[in-house]
Amino acid sequence: MITIPYITALTTYFSYGLLFAFGQFRDFFRKIFDWWRGNNLQGYAPIVLGLEDFYTRRLYLRIQDCFGRPISSPPDAWVNVVERVSKDNNKTLKRTTNVSRCLNLGSYNYLGFAAADEYCTPRVIDSMKKFSPSTCSTRTDGGTTTLHTELEECVADFVGKPAALVTGMGYATNSAILPSLIGKGGLIISDSLNHNSIVNGARGSGATVRVFQHNTPSHLESVLRENIAEGQPRTHRPWKKIMVIVEGIYSMEGELCKLPEIVAICKKYKAYVYLDEAHSIGAIGKTGRGVCELLGVDTADVDIMMGTFTKSFGSCGGYIAGSKEVIQYLKHTCPAHLYATSISPPAAQQIISAIKVILGQDGSNRGAQKLARIRENSNFFRSELQKMGFEVLGDNDSPVMPIMLYNPAKIPAFSRECLKQNLAVVTVAFPATPLLLARARICLSAAHTREDMIKALKVISSVGDMIGIKYFPAEPKKPQLEDGPVKLD
Amino acid sequence: MDATQIAIWNTTTEAVMNMVKSASDWITFAIDAPSARTVVFGVHIGGHLFVEGLLFVVILFLLSQKSYKPPKRPLTDKEIDELCDEWVPESLIPPITEDMKCEPPVLESAAGTHTVINGKEVVNFASANYLGIIGHEKLLESCTTSLEKYGVGSCGPRGFYGTIDVHLDCEAKIAKFLGTPDSILYSYGLSTMFSAIPAFCKKGDIVIADEGVNWGIQNGLFLSRSTIIYFKHNNMESLQNTLEKVTRDNKRAKKLRRYIVVEAVYQNSGQIAPLEEIIRLKEKYLFRVLLDESNSIGVLGSSGRGLTEHCRVPIEKIDIVMAAMGNALATEGGFCTGSTRVIDHQRLSSSGYVFSASLPPYLASAAITAINILEDSPQLITNLKKNISILHKGLSDIRGLEIASDKESPIVYLRLRKSTGSLKSDQQLLEDVVERLLKEENIFVTTSKRSTLDKCNLPTGIKYFVSAGHTESDLTKAYESMKRVAAKVLDGGD
Repeated sequence: MITIPYITALTTYFSYGLLFAFGQFRDFFRKIFDWWRGNNLQGYAPIVLGLEDFYTRRLYLRIQDCFGRPISSPPDAWVNVVERVSKDNNKTLKRTTNVSRCLNLGSYNYLGFAAADEYCTPRVIDSMKKFSPSTCSTRTDGGTTTLHTELEECVADFVGKPAALVTGMGYATNSAILPSLIGKGGLIISDSLNHNSIVNGARGSGATVRVFQHNTPSHLESVLRENIAEGQPRTHRPWKKIMVIVEGIYSMEGELCKLPEIVAICKKYKAYVYLDEAHSIGAIGKTGRGVCELLGVDTADVDIMMGTFTKSFGSCGGYIAGSKEVIQYLKHTCPAHLYATSISPPAAQQIISAIKVILGQDGSNRGAQKLARIRENSNFFRSELQKMGFEVLGDNDSPVMPIMLYNPAKIPAFSRECLKQNLAVVTVAFPATPLLLARARICLSAAHTREDMIKALKVISSVGDMIGIKYFPAEPKKPQLEDGPVKLD
Repeated sequence: MDATQIAIWNTTTEAVMNMVKSASDWITFAIDAPSARTVVFGVHIGGHLFVEGLLFVVILFLLSQKSYKPPKRPLTDKEIDELCDEWVPESLIPPITEDMKCEPPVLESAAGTHTVINGKEVVNFASANYLGIIGHEKLLESCTTSLEKYGVGSCGPRGFYGTIDVHLDCEAKIAKFLGTPDSILYSYGLSTMFSAIPAFCKKGDIVIADEGVNWGIQNGLFLSRSTIIYFKHNNMESLQNTLEKVTRDNKRAKKLRRYIVVEAVYQNSGQIAPLEEIIRLKEKYLFRVLLDESNSIGVLGSSGRGLTEHCRVPIEKIDIVMAAMGNALATEGGFCTGSTRVIDHQRLSSSGYVFSASLPPYLASAAITAINILEDSPQLITNLKKNISILHKGLSDIRGLEIASDKESPIVYLRLRKSTGSLKSDQQLLEDVVERLLKEENIFVTTSKRSTLDKCNLPTGIKYFVSAGHTESDLTKAYESMKRVAAKVLDGGD
């Protein structure tokens, strides 16, 4: 749990209060001007309500240059960030032709498959030439090619489940599969920090949704007990089924799911487990098989395993893996299977090739090296950041490490200062995180070298000193960091 | 009544009278007591004040008492344990039935106008490859360049270094092609609808939608929590009545956001929405229009700009245009286009845009190239229109089947003239036809399949996706074979 220092909480509230008051002040004048100019809506209600986009207009636009920075290269370890200029106080940004070469600490390129790869890319291009970029058809019509069946077998085998179903988008996987698995009369118990796609899928399913405290098995147990005893609201009928939804790695916290405990509790209370491995599949575990492998959970105990190919595999799309019957049923009902264009054949080939590299089936040990590298990189970077006195969230082995910023002014400061020193970082604020808990998020990659990381650490340290985000006292300097580059030689 | 009773009655009355008198004396005494005439801070404490004070104290006393509640007895741990033990969940999925086991045909080559299934070359009418540009040289070339330059995936959402310059180029290209100020790319066709709709429709807003809209829109409407009213499929009278009723019944209607949601070419029926009429109604009742152009971009209109061009309606009249790119443009993903305000709002409030990884860059390059091809070769559109009319004519007198789609729709939709009575047996019959077409005639068409989640209740049918790439002989073969198969299968069924 994050414990925010008292003074920091106070200053953060103050900053937001100030921004809010100032924004309201400006909105007040805007209203007067609008009234002056006359109503041009001609009887329509405004398409975007005034307060609805208050946050966008008065808070986000001021710092929008920190988000959505275009790049003109693959999202590899180093990227070309396209510079943008604004002539109207950041309201609009214009692309320029200038680029700056930055170290990329933002992309989910955990295994370094983002850029062209010696094994994958030629195969991807061949499949693209053979199957074209799209099938223009849904999986149940004419969108199933031999590549798609191969991919599903390959994925099922990789995640350790009897069968799998692949869709063209990770987000849609969650939001279209959940309604097919559970509906009215069912109960979804979801981790409080689950991804928006799960939240939307759960809402779309029509089932009752309860939330348990983030990653707290004991609270999950009490929620389960209470709800099984109470039954459905009002009628008190017993629930049809209960599904517990957790993620492997929480993308905004970098934390690993306490899967063994949660699975044990679900077994005890006969709830189904739905595990979203969007960030963990491929990135962690000895052979990249995700959080089950890392924490020693038998995949047979997890009823539904979901994941995406956007991150570690450098492709797009998502999968659902489960028993043969579940997948057969989903192939008959899941809207993403019935109504959406099937996954692009070259993207499917990229996934197949990436899995082959990870498993060493390409005839090299590059996969094993990548997995060792990402783990080493993550643990080195995390411990160095902690030593410097940053407040870093997340668990060891997780390649995602948020650095707490708290104050709203530190969000653009951190992002812009890092960019000045050729470091592309991601800052996250409300609504992706709670208002008080703005953070920067570092995602490491197996493509980062030791030199890259040392450069990044130096920059982050200096920026951290400048904007005051080293909330903990730094550990006495050990010679390790200074000697790092020397040791490598 | 005898005397003794009267005597008792009298004495009782007397006693009561006495008691009342003594009580009133006491009260008079209390009121007249010297303490009751005291002056506190300049205020005379009269007798009535004294009584009121007393009442006040009594009220306070009563208020401080706990109100009566039946004693609460929460379940003990043991009872909860028992309940938990007794609870038996349903199985995760319903039992698998025979019809769930059927697997779709597997293609062994690209899904062009001709494809290979089970080692045999077949004519493909199952891909919405309307312009026939699957496998187009320029398309493959631009994808190869893009794959070599950017890799496959974008490894991040648009906000976090997932915006690649081709995405911005593609957005600009689409906006320019359609003549709108701006557009926004989504990474999946299906999610375009269910992300964009909840960004604009919120709780309390009124949405009037066609009952035949596809699942993506249905889901978007459900997620928006707006008040949703369906009108009869492509029936303008029904739309007008609904609009009239909603405007009349709802006094606050002027203050709410109001939308009409329609598809240009309905995926579920092949009908084309009469846009002029919709625009007329929209302007009369002051509703905004959300239009799904998935099956009309690159198809309708003299240069493929969609339904607006087809109906000669300026695109500014449509507030939000959405489309999936997995059809005529032969790529994937989707886009939404409209005014700058509409697009900018989505960049922060549309969940499928904000929270999902962006479109793989090579698919964005493919979209740009597809639009270029379309602009460079207008004969694709004329070919497509010609093919549609040939097939439409050829399929118009099939035994047992009738055409449900519009004569200009690129989806030629055949449904049973006479339903067998149940949806399942209808579907089975259609599946038989389709299977025979593939096995005996080498024609690949599909039936429309409905998920159990889909609320659309239009009849299912057989879909032919016409392409500009189909040759005349392909089309002749298609309707001739259908005639033969329908004669065999549907005769037996009658």
